[in-house]
Amino acid sequence: MIEGAKWRRWVYFYIPLGAFIVWLLFPFYWMLVTSVRPDRELYRPWMAPNYAPFWTAHPTLVHVVDLLTETLFARWMLNTLFIAIVSTIISLFCGLLAGYALARLKFPFGGSLGTGIFITYLVPQTLLFIPLADIIRNFQLGDTPWALVLTYPTFLIPFCTWLLMGYFKAIPRELEECARIDGATRWKAMLYIIFPIAVPGILSAGIFAFTLSWNEFIYALVFLSSAEQKTVAVGVTSELVRGDVFYWGQLMAGALLGSIPVAFIYSFFVEYYVAGLTGSVKG
Amino acid sequence: MAISEAVNQRAFARAPRRGAATLLLEDERWLAAALLLPTVILLGLFIAYPFVEGVLLSVSNARVGIPGHFVGLANFTALLSDSIFRVAVWNTFVYTAVATVLKLALGLWLALLLNRHFRGKAFTRAFILLPFIIPTVLSTFAWKWMFDPTFSVINWTLFQFGLIHGRINWLGNPDLALISVIIVNVWRGVPFFAISLLAGLQTINPELQEAAAIDGAKPWQRFWHVTWPLLLPVTMVVMLFSIIQTFADFQLVYVLTGGGPANATQLFATYAYQVGVGTGLLSEGAAISLAMFPFLLIIVVVQLLYIRRVEVH
Repeated sequence: MIEGAKWRRWVYFYIPLGAFIVWLLFPFYWMLVTSVRPDRELYRPWMAPNYAPFWTAHPTLVHVVDLLTETLFARWMLNTLFIAIVSTIISLFCGLLAGYALARLKFPFGGSLGTGIFITYLVPQTLLFIPLADIIRNFQLGDTPWALVLTYPTFLIPFCTWLLMGYFKAIPRELEECARIDGATRWKAMLYIIFPIAVPGILSAGIFAFTLSWNEFIYALVFLSSAEQKTVAVGVTSELVRGDVFYWGQLMAGALLGSIPVAFIYSFFVEYYVAGLTGSVKG
Repeated sequence: MAISEAVNQRAFARAPRRGAATLLLEDERWLAAALLLPTVILLGLFIAYPFVEGVLLSVSNARVGIPGHFVGLANFTALLSDSIFRVAVWNTFVYTAVATVLKLALGLWLALLLNRHFRGKAFTRAFILLPFIIPTVLSTFAWKWMFDPTFSVINWTLFQFGLIHGRINWLGNPDLALISVIIVNVWRGVPFFAISLLAGLQTINPELQEAAAIDGAKPWQRFWHVTWPLLLPVTMVVMLFSIIQTFADFQLVYVLTGGGPANATQLFATYAYQVGVGTGLLSEGAAISLAMFPFLLIIVVVQLLYIRRVEVH
């Protein structure tokens, strides 16, 4: 704790921390206020004398209703949910098996394969999106959810593998050896002894993978074209901005509702999420 | 004794029923191959293959729907004399450097603040991560609305405090646009730095701090000579991750400015998108994307070498 006078605690602790919190959270408050503010208040220039930015006298749900009835927002939510869940399951499956193999089995080229997977972990989506779009077209996957379900694992698997390797390495070898002496095959020892112990890691990897695929943007932007196939991020960007006109009330309502699934899962699993985040960095 | 024998007998009795596949999977090498197969197929199909395809595209003159033929390095030499490309390269380096330094400084500060004991600490930590959790595109729209020249709440606040007299056109002014974009990037990245560095701080034994304090070290000296060296491994990895993400950033700029005004915020990725997808010049777009590769490679090599060095020690 900070030693010395009370003012020192304010200057060195409370004020900076308060400033950080306001700065980091204000945009979300602003989203909320904007999405319940009626249009005639919304489009009042900030120089106008009756500009009251931080609250609204006449809260309304008209933007939310418009969003849900006049746009395909609900459809986009379902699309995103489907894509995020399926690609998370695929990535967890692959990452579990690969992580186990890399962490606990000895085989030729094991080390270089691990390095290879780590390098793909660092490949940003913006490096490959143009040739990948071409390939997706050739596979006849363009404008279907499968274009994303199959490509999202390219950045989720390396992450899951890397994170789970850390968990697998920490499990003592004796556990597996005991099971094998008792007659279990390698396969069964993996399935029934090692995987159950790694459940916290699996949960962390799964939650992280879900939020990453919910947040993905450029693949969804490039691979999907029809309005009813879009994900939330792309739908909000392309369908709520018509020409130069921004429908700010609907945009902010969409941003708020589109964030809820991620925020919801996050709020239940904060500790697992933080473990995933810091685990991914530690490697 | 008798029971354990009976159990053992049963285990042996079961053994012969195992099929050929089970026996094959008892061999470590075959099991490893089977376990890695799905990962290798997916990564090969959607990472390695596109990479080769990208290289082939970048040395051709393909358009959308037209295969094109081999043109050698013509696309890359054309980029060297492309003034927009040069602006994009410059912007990307400025964007990455400034944003990373700010994220590190502010993230470290926030981590040090959060490393103290206070009421509501877990709550604060959970809320602080929100900018990092919430889909970037969606939160960036909130910033775009806050930056709107006519309706900006930021302008209103600054005006009320008497800090400005006219309006600030955050995204429309070419001199300001890159700064505004950096502000949003830093806003999104600070929580990631703070939480990762906080995890690093929590692994440092507090007795080291106390020992230094007893020896008469001032808070600043304690930080510089005790905390910082111990935190350096985590800091390096976090920074390298962040540099890659920032260098290849797309969505933030796409939403805020689309690369404008007058290419003032054009980055590698936004320019590649504009040329490759917007205009349909596939090969030129692929070449711009691939031009990022040497820089990314350097960062990855540095990271791998660093991790290896840490593991050895």
